[in-house]
Amino acid sequence: MSRISKTFELLKQQNKKALIPFVTAGDPQPGFTVPLMHDMVSAGASIIELGVPFSDPMADGPVIQAADERALEHHVSLSDVIAMVKAFREGDENTPVVLMGYLNPIEIMGYQRFAELSADAGIDGVLIVDMPPEEATEFTALMTQHEINTIFLISPTTSAGRIEKINKYASGYLYYVSLKGVTGANTLDIDSVTEKLQQIRAITGLPVGVGFGIKDGETAQAVSRVADAVVVGSALVNQVAEHQNNQQIMNKKVSDVLSDMRNMMDDLA
Amino acid sequence: MPTADNEQVIDYSKYPDERGHFGRFGGLFVAETLMEPLQELREAYEKYSQDEDFLKEFDADLKHYVGRPSPVYFAERLSGKVGGAQIWLKREDLNHTGAHKVNNTIGQALLARRMGKTRIIAETGAGQHGVASATVAARLGLECVVYMGEEDIKRQTANVYRMKLLGAEVVPVTSGSKTLKDALNEAMRDWVTNIDDTFYIIGTVAGPHPYPAIVRDFQSIIGREARDQMLEAAGRLPDALVACVGGGSNAIGLFHEFLNDKEIEIYGVEGGGYGIETGRHAAPLTAGKSGVLHGNRTYLMSDDDGQIIETHCISAGLDYPGVGPEHAWLKETGRANYSSVTDEEALQAFHELTRIEGIIPALESSHALAYATKLAAQKSPDDIILVNLSGRGDKDIHTVAELEGIKV
Repeated sequence: MSRISKTFELLKQQNKKALIPFVTAGDPQPGFTVPLMHDMVSAGASIIELGVPFSDPMADGPVIQAADERALEHHVSLSDVIAMVKAFREGDENTPVVLMGYLNPIEIMGYQRFAELSADAGIDGVLIVDMPPEEATEFTALMTQHEINTIFLISPTTSAGRIEKINKYASGYLYYVSLKGVTGANTLDIDSVTEKLQQIRAITGLPVGVGFGIKDGETAQAVSRVADAVVVGSALVNQVAEHQNNQQIMNKKVSDVLSDMRNMMDDLA
Repeated sequence: MPTADNEQVIDYSKYPDERGHFGRFGGLFVAETLMEPLQELREAYEKYSQDEDFLKEFDADLKHYVGRPSPVYFAERLSGKVGGAQIWLKREDLNHTGAHKVNNTIGQALLARRMGKTRIIAETGAGQHGVASATVAARLGLECVVYMGEEDIKRQTANVYRMKLLGAEVVPVTSGSKTLKDALNEAMRDWVTNIDDTFYIIGTVAGPHPYPAIVRDFQSIIGREARDQMLEAAGRLPDALVACVGGGSNAIGLFHEFLNDKEIEIYGVEGGGYGIETGRHAAPLTAGKSGVLHGNRTYLMSDDDGQIIETHCISAGLDYPGVGPEHAWLKETGRANYSSVTDEEALQAFHELTRIEGIIPALESSHALAYATKLAAQKSPDDIILVNLSGRGDKDIHTVAELEGIKV
């Protein structure tokens, strides 16, 4: 069983939902990322999504674009990000790590080499924003061979037919993007999320996470009532940006946001 | 490597395949939210590209609004000066709005209206596509938002004002390199947020399927006209075609009609900037590598980490790190040849055509002219080279004047 599946299994036994923070690797500088990952786990993170910085993050809003730019000022590469996960694994063998990013850095590295390095570093899953299942046959097979989950997005515009197709390629969990738009968008309509999740669950047995528009304990709690996992990105990256000059305060602020979410989510039990 | 054998069996009119692939290039590399809207666009395009009323309206607009057919013109004095092959020009600079871009925006805007979309967005580099989009939006009464890099806004002030006069909102893009690629990113972000009422008019033969095919089809009027016109004016087809390639829409527009005429040589000319050896250029086909950006797999200017490199070219319309996937494929099959000319060579060609033929060419098209004169010098006076003069140079006179230290 993969580390991701084990995590969901364990949470289920505890009657809890997964909390999945996203931060951009190497933001605001490379040395900050691994300690931040450990702190996020202490604050209640179940799985960590680590953004691979890209020069042209088309699906991201201004907050994560700026994070990518900060990381790229330090020339943080895909190899660097993989090395960060390897360093993280020295202190944490249990928390799954998912890389999230765009296809070009992986294309340039080569699928085979990426699969090998990722497996070696203890990376558990990969989510490539601009690679729909239609283009993912070769990549998914290679990842499966290296026991790495391939996570795919579902959006409000995704039809039932497409959900079925996506489900065939997906492993680990599915990520429902609750809004039409880019990351960091504002409002989330919990009723329409609930409705869409019913449609998704009728098709898949995989856990379903929900992201986009989750910014505090309250929205996290509302979403965790209906989803298996709550994904939070821009709300954390905002804290990173604001406190980028003081690592200690930065880690504390990020942890505070997460602990608040964790507490509100667990209060449901 | 492609061989002469496999080149012979390719029927270039049959591509892309149903999933948008030109060989290993092209495809559909976008975030999930855009998959259904792209499917919707595919279905609409399939329907209307066979629809008689749609085609009739498109043709009528090209004739009465754009002023087509654009003539072919034998540049006799230029040819004489070069002393080689005859250089002929396909005069896309004479179109309404001053470039080939309008052929495509008219087609896409008619499609948008039939799909019930009320808002148009576009990205622009030199501003020609932005102006062409704002123009058709004004004519059809559609709301229009144009994304343009802050750097490009500075170098193309006249076109920015033109778009505003036409009623478009011009949004400066301040992320990344603040040029065309970033404008494309921003337009994609707008589209993904407003897909219900918004139609994204992509200006070149790049982007996710079906855009490279749609834009090519609308621009192919250039080559279809040129075939008839050359047969009429010269009594035969040209021996070689030359066009500049940024994203590559004017080039595909000319080339596509002739791809299956294997005896015709085809040359695409990229922006060589300060020279390929300096690394400061916009020539992914000449000096880039295969990768994925803006929805398709193609040749890109990308570093060893897969980050997109900032490009440089004197002409904003060629200043793009990618290129349409069909060009990437034509390079790989060997059907077309791609090379580059520098800023300096393009400038020289700009002046030469202006002084010798009384035609001020766009700096983009000047790249094609620079290459064509080199090519012509190696050929005989019986040979005919047809150059796509994709746009007029009025928009560039400030750039040229500034470079030469002249105050306009």
